[in-house]
Amino acid sequence: MSDLHLLNLTQVRDLLARGEIKAQEAVAACLGRIHDTEPKISALLSVQGEQALDAAKSLDAAGPDTDKPLWGVPIVVKDAICAKHAPTTCASRILENFVPFYDACAVARLRAAGAIILGKSNMDEFAMGSSTENSAFGPTANPWDLSRVPGGSSGGSAASVAARQCYGALGTDTGGSIRQPASFCGVVGLKPTYGRVSRFGLVAYGSSLDQIGPMARTPLDCAALLSVIAGHDPADSTSAAVPAPDYEAAVAARADLTGLRLGLPEQFWGEGVDPEVRDACRAAVDAAEKLGAKVVDVSLPHTPYAVAAYYIVAMAEASSNLARFDGVRYGYRDPSAGDLAGLYEKSRGAGFGDEVKRRIVLGTYVLSAGYYDAYYRKAAQARELLRRDFTAAFERCDLLCGPAAPFTAFGLGEKKDDPLQMYLSDIFTISLNLAGLPGLSLPVGLGRDSRLPVGLQLFGPAFGEDVILGAAEALSQALPSLPLPRGIAAA
Amino acid sequence: MKITPERVAAVAKLARLTFTAEELTRFAAQIGDILAYMDMLNSLDTTGVEPLYSPAGLAGPTGATRPDQARQANSRSETLANAPATDGEFFLVPRVV
Repeated sequence: MSDLHLLNLTQVRDLLARGEIKAQEAVAACLGRIHDTEPKISALLSVQGEQALDAAKSLDAAGPDTDKPLWGVPIVVKDAICAKHAPTTCASRILENFVPFYDACAVARLRAAGAIILGKSNMDEFAMGSSTENSAFGPTANPWDLSRVPGGSSGGSAASVAARQCYGALGTDTGGSIRQPASFCGVVGLKPTYGRVSRFGLVAYGSSLDQIGPMARTPLDCAALLSVIAGHDPADSTSAAVPAPDYEAAVAARADLTGLRLGLPEQFWGEGVDPEVRDACRAAVDAAEKLGAKVVDVSLPHTPYAVAAYYIVAMAEASSNLARFDGVRYGYRDPSAGDLAGLYEKSRGAGFGDEVKRRIVLGTYVLSAGYYDAYYRKAAQARELLRRDFTAAFERCDLLCGPAAPFTAFGLGEKKDDPLQMYLSDIFTISLNLAGLPGLSLPVGLGRDSRLPVGLQLFGPAFGEDVILGAAEALSQALPSLPLPRGIAAA
Repeated sequence: MKITPERVAAVAKLARLTFTAEELTRFAAQIGDILAYMDMLNSLDTTGVEPLYSPAGLAGPTGATRPDQARQANSRSETLANAPATDGEFFLVPRVV
């Protein structure tokens, strides 16, 4: 089958499970597609082609296994997540030669489910950024328009899924890093509830905010991935000891949106949103109403404080987490270092990029004596007020929705030299990370002016992934599906 | 508050980073803008609000404790494999004392 790469994850999985195609064919289709599209989009930092073909060969020799729900399915993993014997660079010079000797929990679960790791995807260095331009190894291009960013920080994963290089990918989301690139690239991305997916083996950025989540072309595909990677892990002390349901079954059980109370937070639909984004999202809400959803107006009054609170918390946690990169146990060591202090300063100075340094300095500043109460503690109080906003809203509705980003994909270089403007593009995604709640970005069409994908964000209460995924799949069935991204149409 | 290049240099030292004069000037301006934006939090009344430092455990137990049993740890050779300098048994660093 020559168009194998065009199938969705669950479609190819079913063909594999029935023995109608071999795992080696699925891997070869993806590697061929990577070969054709990668020169245009640069979504991947490394490709484990031989390892993937060897893994496929072993699977084919044993035959399909009903105990392995992703048997033979090729997957891409963001380069912030450790995969054994594959480089894990976090798109940073300081980890350029780092090869972990263990799998992250999410990767181990994928492999145990029969999935095949194809490659590691590009990202903003240490997941700090909203455009994938902060990668030390060069930016990724948006498959819809090669002069535009794919979003970030999981821009490589989003672009890879959109370009049909793989059937699904893992991303990570600290302040919108799954949902915003999913929105910009026209794919589905889910940030699970904090604690739903183990962070073991994820290189830490903001430990109270980070979550690993699935990215794919349909909500059903994301459900299939989440069913595999979710669940308690004793190796992550913040992992939730809450049973993970069969998300795919939950999605299949919902045919329409009858009885669903869908809240529209006023702060997400007003000023600051491009009219084409607002209109595309509003049309999707209208479609949801036709499917039986009941629209409710709600308010999240502390939303205007979210960006400030988020960046204080994230940078404070980053400054602590990135202290481990010292040029001693792993990573880059500057050869000119004289004494130990010089080794630290020179290795970190040469190994980290600008945005990482900026965040470490800001994080150190807000935690330093005399400023801790004014910044860090104050931000944590704002965080509690944001959480209370959500609690109050979910008393009146089942899910909330709004645009995933205020605009469609912006141009490469457009915001790169203005960090504050870049931070403000995360306005609609970061509140969820502060409150620890799940959210999904669903492609709802193309903007009428830009002709670029628009994402609607559906967010729910803690552990409400089954409701979010079910509603997203039902809604996606009622919306016209996106064409192939035109930036790679000739590939 | 105005952020000077000297102030950035002092904080960078705490974080074990060194910057060139050009970087200090550029970062001072950018960090000043970002902190000025963050100062909007001063207008928020947080009297009596308990700070939320982590959402862990808010919506369900974390199972953070486990039986205290010896387990197979990482091997020495694997642990040292990514180090920039070792003697085969230990990490090597410049002379400290």
